[in-house]
Amino acid sequence: MAEIMYWEAIRRAHDEEMARDPLVIAMGEDIGVAGGTYKATKGLYDKYGPERVIDTPISENSFTGLGIGASFLGVRPIIELMSVNFAWLAMDQIFNSAAKVRYMSGGQLTAPVVIRSPGGTAHQLGAQHSARMEKVFMGIAGLRVVTPSSPKQAYGLLKSAVRCNDPVFINEHELMYNMKGEVPDGEYFHPLEGSEVTRQGRDVTLFGYNISVHWSMQAAEILSKQHGIEAEVVDLYSLSPLDRAGICESVSKTHRAVIVEEAEAPVGVGAEVMAIINEECFFELDAAPVRVSAKMVPTPFNHTLEKASIPNAKDVVAAVLKMISGK
Amino acid sequence: MNAADKKRVLREMLFARRFEERCYEAYVERKIGGFLHLYPGQEACAIGVMEAARPGHDYVITGYRDHIHAIKCGCDPKAVMAELYARETGCSKGRGGSMHIFDVEHHFMGGYALVGGPFPLAAGMAKAIKMKGGDEIAICFLGDAANNQGTFHETLNMASVWNLPVLFICENNLYGIGTATHRSTAVTEQYKRACSYGIESSQTDGQDIDQVYAAAKVAVDFVRSGQGPYFLELCTYRYRGHSMSDSGAYRTKEEVEEWGKRDPIVILRDRLVESGELTLDDYQAMDKEIFAEIENDIIPYAENSPEPKVEELEKYVLAENDPYVKGGVR
Ligand SMILES: Cc1ncc(C[n+]2csc(CCOP(=O)(O)OP(=O)(O)O)c2C)c(N)n1
Ligand SMILES: [Mg+2]
Repeated sequence: MAEIMYWEAIRRAHDEEMARDPLVIAMGEDIGVAGGTYKATKGLYDKYGPERVIDTPISENSFTGLGIGASFLGVRPIIELMSVNFAWLAMDQIFNSAAKVRYMSGGQLTAPVVIRSPGGTAHQLGAQHSARMEKVFMGIAGLRVVTPSSPKQAYGLLKSAVRCNDPVFINEHELMYNMKGEVPDGEYFHPLEGSEVTRQGRDVTLFGYNISVHWSMQAAEILSKQHGIEAEVVDLYSLSPLDRAGICESVSKTHRAVIVEEAEAPVGVGAEVMAIINEECFFELDAAPVRVSAKMVPTPFNHTLEKASIPNAKDVVAAVLKMISGK
Repeated sequence: MNAADKKRVLREMLFARRFEERCYEAYVERKIGGFLHLYPGQEACAIGVMEAARPGHDYVITGYRDHIHAIKCGCDPKAVMAELYARETGCSKGRGGSMHIFDVEHHFMGGYALVGGPFPLAAGMAKAIKMKGGDEIAICFLGDAANNQGTFHETLNMASVWNLPVLFICENNLYGIGTATHRSTAVTEQYKRACSYGIESSQTDGQDIDQVYAAAKVAVDFVRSGQGPYFLELCTYRYRGHSMSDSGAYRTKEEVEEWGKRDPIVILRDRLVESGELTLDDYQAMDKEIFAEIENDIIPYAENSPEPKVEELEKYVLAENDPYVKGGVR
């Protein structure tokens, strides 16, 4: 197992899949000659050429649609949308074409595209580059949504997404591309469904995904060291479908749930996880579940305001303490 | 097209007319629900273009006015009617409906309801064809109003930059629902708009199938020979309202009558009668035969087919048993 960065993991998955199958292509803005805004396709242009590593014009909806159309005939495009804030422009093709075509055609046609895009608050990128959008994607029937929290997941989820016959949206994070972590040396296919227990605990479950898994892990350490509270951390790397069984299993063990999300609370992952808890294991609860979420504001530019607009590990600790001791 | 071909396409156009008129009746009888966009008046467009292309081989995609495009590609009219009746035997298993006819086996890659949606999908199929080295082309049939969508401009640009084997057919029927093209569009001659993207284009009479065929032949050959995309505008008219919920009251009686005189079926029929290749009796016999086929085969098939099972409501949302979903692949 080598330690590599998140972006290197994504790049490696691209490279392996492109070397294996000449119908795997990469598309997006500045991903070719320039090597990609996040280096996720670095060097691939030189290796695979302009027909397979495609620098697109700034036409998000249509180049996404073009990838979808190519996938109808067996091509496996990996499409990079530079920011989920720009993914709104491609929503028509993702929602109306990719996600619905299998159903509308009675199973005749599928759109096995992979769409990768980072969202999230980074370093003062302002309101139009910092928003999260996973809540929109996870409400779409016919689309899978995964969100890697580590280089291993970034690698393994992309490998599986390329091979899977469904359209898959991979929600990445602006701040995580330089994160280091161990990735298996051999090929590894991460399951597209399910969840992972990142830390075992007995007192409360912290549900996180993508970057909020890390806030949850930090919070769990503080809770353990300073308060003697053992938190379990569950990584919801699959946002659609959510792992109902996994959510239930952990809540049935700890009897308390805190959902940690970088996005705003309304209509979000937290709301959905709470609904699942309600539906599946309400009577296992010792306390009402809570969400630790972003404020309902367009992300501010000012650094202090920016930080205040999204949660952190301290907020998670505070939420757990309030839940357990009522303080 | 030789004389036999012309008689065959005349029959195909007449069949298309009768098929659509029968859909109208079934809709009025409430046998068909939802949106229904009919094709009378425009028959020479889909049929003429596909006559010059290779139906069942070339990949075709279009909007919601799609029944005849599908049938011309090889889709069984019974399966189209059954789809309109929302039956399990429909070409999209009753999950699609009039606007979403699919027959992938015959390379009819679907009817789509979002105006302009198919543009990039067509270019994508062309990209795939090019990568795989096939001799197929992608053909995208859409209306005039679709050219005001961003996808028109974005896609024509990409198709040109990447020299993709895609043929764009614009069926210009002068209206987008009730809005006359000149009221919504700065440059109403659609073929001129393709020049912004360095795309070869032309315009022709969409009511005369001989002219459609000749223009389409040039266009198809151009695209198939690897010279890049092509944009062909066909000047046509729809005789009915935009859909069943539209009476077409925004058009003058005179205008409708003028275009009625240029009925594509009548134009070809009269030409064949004049040249002695067809008699009016032949034509009547053809019409009777079509009537019998629709009433005796097509409608009973649709009416007697089962509806989809409610237990299978959630089938076809995602791939079944995909090995990459649950894990364990090594
Ligand atoms: C994105 C989108 N906007 C609006 C509509 C509603 N609509 C359906 S058809 C149509 C007019 C399209 O006209 P045109 O492209 O000329 O095709 P025609 O119906 O004349 O064949 C409109 C506005 C739609 N289906 N999709
Ligand atoms: Mg029109």
